Amino acid sequence: MRNFAALTRMRILLALRNRMFFFFSAVFPLGMFFLYAGVFAKGNPRLVSYFLGPVIAFNVMGSFWGLSVALVTFREQGILRRFHIAPVSAADLLASSILANFVLTLPTVCLELFLARAVFHVPAFGNLGSLAVFVVLGTVSFASLGLVVASVTNTMQETQVINQLIWLPLIFLSGATLPLAYLPGVAQRAALFLPATYLVTGLQSALYSSLPIWSLFVQVCSLLVWALLTFFVAMQLFRWEPEAKIQRKAKLLALATALPFFLLGVWENGNGKILPQAQATFRSLDAPRDNQAQPNRPPHEKQSPF
Amino acid sequence: MGNPVLQVENLVKSYGDVHAVRGVSFAVDEGEVFGLLGPNGAGKTSTVEILEGLRDLDSGRVSVCGLDPQRDSQALKHEIGAALQSTSLPEKLRVMEALRLFASFYKRRRNPEELLKRFGLEEKRNAFYGKLSGGQKQRLALAMALVNDPKVLFFDEPTAGLDPQVRREIYDIIEELKHEKKTIVMTTHYIEEAERLCDRVAIVDHGKVVALGTPRELKSRAGSATRIEVRLAKPEVDGALKKLEGVSDARELDGAYVIHSLRPPKTIVDLVKHLEAEGNELVSLEIASPSLEDVFIEMTGRRLRD
Repeated sequence: MRNFAALTRMRILLALRNRMFFFFSAVFPLGMFFLYAGVFAKGNPRLVSYFLGPVIAFNVMGSFWGLSVALVTFREQGILRRFHIAPVSAADLLASSILANFVLTLPTVCLELFLARAVFHVPAFGNLGSLAVFVVLGTVSFASLGLVVASVTNTMQETQVINQLIWLPLIFLSGATLPLAYLPGVAQRAALFLPATYLVTGLQSALYSSLPIWSLFVQVCSLLVWALLTFFVAMQLFRWEPEAKIQRKAKLLALATALPFFLLGVWENGNGKILPQAQATFRSLDAPRDNQAQPNRPPHEKQSPF
Repeated sequence: MGNPVLQVENLVKSYGDVHAVRGVSFAVDEGEVFGLLGPNGAGKTSTVEILEGLRDLDSGRVSVCGLDPQRDSQALKHEIGAALQSTSLPEKLRVMEALRLFASFYKRRRNPEELLKRFGLEEKRNAFYGKLSGGQKQRLALAMALVNDPKVLFFDEPTAGLDPQVRREIYDIIEELKHEKKTIVMTTHYIEEAERLCDRVAIVDHGKVVALGTPRELKSRAGSATRIEVRLAKPEVDGALKKLEGVSDARELDGAYVIHSLRPPKTIVDLVKHLEAEGNELVSLEIASPSLEDVFIEMTGRRLRD
């Protein structure tokens, strides 16, 4: 436990001294926030509230990039070797990097919430309990996915390529960038196979529709199972040495992380509620809300920007 | 003989088709500085990393501080300290932070302040690791090997890639540790390093110990012959140089001829006469008193330098 705390502290220190980290974890997510809240939502509080979920999801999923790149760098430069000779366990190393990432993501998420309130006058944050659960699950699971990618690739270039291949569908087919209901039908069906979709819809339902955690059990349970599985796989595949060979078994194990959402996707495509809910939420943007009178708002701003 | 703190019996390790270690045996006594001398790829690093518990062995028996490095690797790590090859630390970690961090991993600790002073790094205490020179990095690596006041120290090629000035600094440090009766196992491919620092040396080639003893014993094994190394304008007939006066051995090595002579003046006069008679010419001539290099040449027919 002491090692875990010491390593977490080191990770936080290193991240704060890294200019790239500052860009990716503060400048970039806040840029996204202003793009969506200011430009796409045109400052309309209701639309800002609608987009807050996807924006926070995007921010949280960034742990995927950060941790995969950090782990490959540590391994390639022989930093892991130095830790290997000390009585430090792989679990401590991996878990501390996730916790550090979480601690560093939190201020940006809070800042986004604060700005939504202070600058864009979003009246309420929906269900904060659900929000907290999804931020934790999202960080842990996507961070673990990054650790898995780092362990099945040999060089930084390989990691970057695989990361892009995973990242692009995750952000474009999940509702993290374009609203799920706005995508073509086939894409919407495909989205149901991606973990990001459940994080985005979960966060959006928590923030915009104020749904409590028990009405979001599909998202919570699937992300929880996935987080545990991915972290387990990351532990199994972890390599201290840069020259250690990746076994074929390892690649199969890495693919196993796709299994939970493959199965859930099949189920959700058949008789799930996630998609209809997302579509209903999207449609509700056009309809005036009964219980939330928003005076002084010109009618044209009720329109969805899409 | 004292009591061995480290024992290796018939150690074998292969990586696929590459037989890195092929039946290595030796024992190291408490307070001894033991050297593994051999060219790159001789199996030194593999041997040392098995002793440290970083790699699994294929067969044979190994014990360090009464522990089995494979089974009790976590317990062993508290007892040993190591400066490994091709390791590094995060660029943005400060010198003092690195020492404190690694000290925190151990049950038994030395005062990081004292280590900093001793290794001449006081001025660099707040410097980032990435800003240190090669020599400073190596001094930090040695200091870090001592943070847990280890029973056995492993130095893998401690001076590789350093310039002569810095190399001498490292020698002084290791000599000081030697006076403190630290048990040290080191690998090297520098003859002078082994001769100057080690109480006993195992000469390793192709995964086997070809000779083992104190540097003095090993040198006397090569005979008291002086080495005369010559380059000639034209190649010599096989065996012709062996017939010269006082010559105990002569062989061709990478285009040069290495002659071992018990009476060097006579041999040289005879050599010149012989060359004149043959119409050959002397391009260069070098005379050296016997060293471990000669033992290596005698045992393997090759030079130690790579």
